[in-house]
Amino acid sequence: MSGRLIPPAGPRIEVEQLCVDYNGTVALYDADLSLPAGCICGLVGMNGAGKTTLFKALTGFVRPSHGRIRINGLTVLAAQRDQAVAYVPQSEGIDCNFPISVWDVVMMGRYGSMNVLRWPRQSDRVAVRDALQRVDLLDLAQRPIGALSGGQRKRAFLARAIAQRASVLLLDEPFNGVDVRTEQLMAQLFLQFRQEGRTILISTHDLGHIRAFCDLVVLINRTVLAYGETSAVFTPENLARTFGGMVPKP
Amino acid sequence: MTWLLEPLSHAFMVKALLVSALVGGVCGLLSCYMTLKGWALMGDAVSHAVMPGVVVAYALGLPFSLGAFVFGVGSVAAIGFVKQKSRIKEDTVIGLVFTGFFALGLVLVSKVRSNIDLTHILFGNVLGISSSDIQQTLLISALVVGLLLVFRRDLLLFCFDPTHARSIGINTGLLHYMLLSVLSLTAVAGLQTVGVILVVAMLVTPGATAYLLTDRFDRMTLLAIASSVLSSLIGVYVSYWSDSSTAGCIVLVQTGLFLLAFLLAPRYGILSSQRSQAP
Repeated sequence: MSGRLIPPAGPRIEVEQLCVDYNGTVALYDADLSLPAGCICGLVGMNGAGKTTLFKALTGFVRPSHGRIRINGLTVLAAQRDQAVAYVPQSEGIDCNFPISVWDVVMMGRYGSMNVLRWPRQSDRVAVRDALQRVDLLDLAQRPIGALSGGQRKRAFLARAIAQRASVLLLDEPFNGVDVRTEQLMAQLFLQFRQEGRTILISTHDLGHIRAFCDLVVLINRTVLAYGETSAVFTPENLARTFGGMVPKP
Repeated sequence: MTWLLEPLSHAFMVKALLVSALVGGVCGLLSCYMTLKGWALMGDAVSHAVMPGVVVAYALGLPFSLGAFVFGVGSVAAIGFVKQKSRIKEDTVIGLVFTGFFALGLVLVSKVRSNIDLTHILFGNVLGISSSDIQQTLLISALVVGLLLVFRRDLLLFCFDPTHARSIGINTGLLHYMLLSVLSLTAVAGLQTVGVILVVAMLVTPGATAYLLTDRFDRMTLLAIASSVLSSLIGVYVSYWSDSSTAGCIVLVQTGLFLLAFLLAPRYGILSSQRSQAP
């Protein structure tokens, strides 16, 4: 495994007093968060509570108006250059008719480690092959991405994150519209990732999935309301604050 | 064979064939990114917006590609600014800005004293292209093809998944403006051959045709370039023998090739037997 999976001295992700606003509209304020290496953390909140904003701040898509983020002790920009952060999109956000094969999608995880022309070396091909094997898609590698099912597509993007050798994985609603087989495979993968020291942040509406998979949970409603061990954080009061009094049935 | 060889005895026809094939190839390559990024309307806007730049450059004695470039990029900046600062939807802003630029171009052509022929800007003048124009076209083509080849993979990723591109440290803002600059420059080159009005066809149709024929980006690029170069060559010949508008003939052949693909493409054509298996 690559050096960047070695746990840092401090936390894997550290967010202090983070504020983000879009042209004066506050999306997130005073958010504090600290996640260790090797954990599966659920990010729970309503639509518009700031989950996407937090992801965008962690991937450098929005610039915080205040506060700071450290990933493996580095700034977001330095962590990006170090290939530390992988974002796994909701497959609905991707153009399924794009003329690109599964292999090429996973190879995109290697771009950051390649030279300017992005010519794959043998080591890149090995990384892509291994990643496809781990998500059980090797036999579909040459298919166009549009020919896959929703669950297979989700696995292809997970493979891209594996090929990138990222130590932080951000997953946006990973369980939306996936089949049982994919869900089981993803659960196994998440456990392996944790063992390898990766930190996985999963945004989801589904409290059942949080209870089943996550060691830690972050409750978010414009700010971080609470974070910590799932059993300690999932109190009726906290959930009521997160969902504005309307707690979804688990 | 006379029909093939006779036109080649005229120097202007040889020039026209070479220039339109070159411009066709460059536009064909770029059209893949335009169709995949969904920038067809942007291509239309930029190609119209370069017009005042051409007139101003002529009036000041500068290379017209410089003026066109400034106004092409300027129109995009204006679109972005108005969109960000108002509640108007993007397609409305695009329509509003580029017609404004185009109208400015029309007024300038009629007021600025120059030897510019409006019809040449609007409909192209590849049969009468001058040596200095050919030099500019060569320069632009080399620059555009060079950039598109070096940043081929990055641009593909930028079109497919900009969030991932950003999260691995690729400068997507730079790619965005590079693609826009390339678009402005190519619009100028296309302006020579088919004119302001039809250049958007060169920037969209070959990519769309190729997109119906394959699921591989590399093949799509090759097919787009091939269909575009072929259309240019056939178009110039048809225009010679039928004594009709060169720009019209080139774009009409492109449209014809698109219709063939639309009907007969192995997987995505409407008459295809495999159509039901298509995702």
